Amino acid sequence: MAYSDKVLDHYNNPRNVGSMDRNDPNVGTGMVGAPECGDVMKLQLKVNETSGIIEDAKFKTFGCGSAIASSSLATEWLKGKSVDEALLIKNTAIVNELSLPPVKIHCSVLAEDAIKAAISDYKSKQTTRKPVAEAVAH
Amino acid sequence: MKTPVYFDNHATTQMDPRVLKAMLPYFTEHFGNAASRNHSFGWEAEKAVDKARKQIADLIGATPKEIIFTSGATESNNLAIKGVAEMYGEKGNHIITAATEHKAVLDTCKKLEKEGFRVTYLPLKEDGLLDLDLLRQAITDKTILVTIMYANNEIGVIQPIAEIGKICHERGVLFHTDGVQAVGKVPVNVIKDNIDMMSITGHKIYGPKGVGALYVRRKGPRVQLTAQMDGGGHERGMRSGTMNTPGIVGLGEACAICQQDMAEESKRLSHLRDKLKSKLESELDEVFINGSMEHRLPHNLNMSFAYVEGESLLMGINDIAVSSGSACTSATLEPSYVLKALGVGDDLAHTSIRFGLGRFNTEEEVDYVADRMISVVRKLRDLSPLYEMAKEGIDLSKVQWAAE
Repeated sequence: MAYSDKVLDHYNNPRNVGSMDRNDPNVGTGMVGAPECGDVMKLQLKVNETSGIIEDAKFKTFGCGSAIASSSLATEWLKGKSVDEALLIKNTAIVNELSLPPVKIHCSVLAEDAIKAAISDYKSKQTTRKPVAEAVAH
Repeated sequence: MKTPVYFDNHATTQMDPRVLKAMLPYFTEHFGNAASRNHSFGWEAEKAVDKARKQIADLIGATPKEIIFTSGATESNNLAIKGVAEMYGEKGNHIITAATEHKAVLDTCKKLEKEGFRVTYLPLKEDGLLDLDLLRQAITDKTILVTIMYANNEIGVIQPIAEIGKICHERGVLFHTDGVQAVGKVPVNVIKDNIDMMSITGHKIYGPKGVGALYVRRKGPRVQLTAQMDGGGHERGMRSGTMNTPGIVGLGEACAICQQDMAEESKRLSHLRDKLKSKLESELDEVFINGSMEHRLPHNLNMSFAYVEGESLLMGINDIAVSSGSACTSATLEPSYVLKALGVGDDLAHTSIRFGLGRFNTEEEVDYVADRMISVVRKLRDLSPLYEMAKEGIDLSKVQWAAE
């Protein structure tokens, strides 16, 4: 199978590889996929406490080149967005940007799921700590 | 050293220049039809076909009359299995094969199942070998054929063919073997190995594509097959069609070269294979060999690189030709059914790579492939959340995965 130049670029120079402290209240972690299916994506984002903007994003992916590229691209797109804006990232945009063929669309779906999972993890952490945060703020 | 490096010799092999040289005159000068009995053009072609028949027979311990030329091993497998089913169908309707056979055998058996035959697909042991007791138990008075490959195309595991053949003969059952990966690479003898029919192909032994043969035993027992194509009654009536003289000459020459060079070549290739294996094993943790190392073709290595998905691995070594058991690299999107039959989990099957060395590979290439593999596996493991978790001591089998 021929890969698009953008997939090759992300595969050869993956952006934002790494891990953040999953216990940090400002970090949301999403892990989707399963080893038996040949794809596991871990996507993490860190939200700035005052601005509410995603200031950092990291990923690690077990999967084919298209899965690696989809998650690498997702981390690029996440940075600088608010959490609500990030929720608007659709898998079809990833498909278009990377010119993914039909058999690789599931990779983009997985990336969208990873974003949603990370945000939902972040939000659940925020809800549980909110009273404390308010107390500190005042 | 030239790139890309070809390490996929189980898929096909580069033709030996000596084979090409032998073939060339039969395209132009000696173009006759081997079935033309009344002029020198035909005689010349017939002489060449007879010589090739003897070269093939000599390599496998058969007699020339027992060699039936075909278009390749897929046709040979079809002819053997369907030919026996049709010829001996009144005697019984049961066929035994194994789960790790090539699709040319499995799909032929499935077709026969639709026509009313009963097929037993034997499981394999973890090392890829057949459990002979299971075979004994599977044979019934309705069994007419056992078909088990000599050596597997993915994991290179060599079956105890002589013992399988002996069991079949004791029970009066015909024994066919797909010998494609073994013939020319390891000593194969149809008499010592108790084989009744064996499929061979040219392009796996440095010969041409599009030509193969089926060995069909003539005595003890005399095997009869129903032809699967109607026509001029060539090849003792079992396979009609004008002889592919250049292809047949090439197959014969390829067999003769294999016979002459086998001992030395297999020693050289097993040394290279072992070097590749030990380099990978010493530099990388969590790598696993699939299939028995003891009962294995000298030029095969099949390894799983845990936590690194096969297709991404292939992408990283794009100047090296190998194949992977990963789902992403197959048309079916299922991981290797051969590894599955050995009980290799889907997670490890996705990370497997098959290395197939061959006559034209060099030690320099082995070093290059080993180094490239090591650096790409390391790079991808840095990217792998699974490797990270495993290093943190998390048991991945106990994780609740949020699958799609």
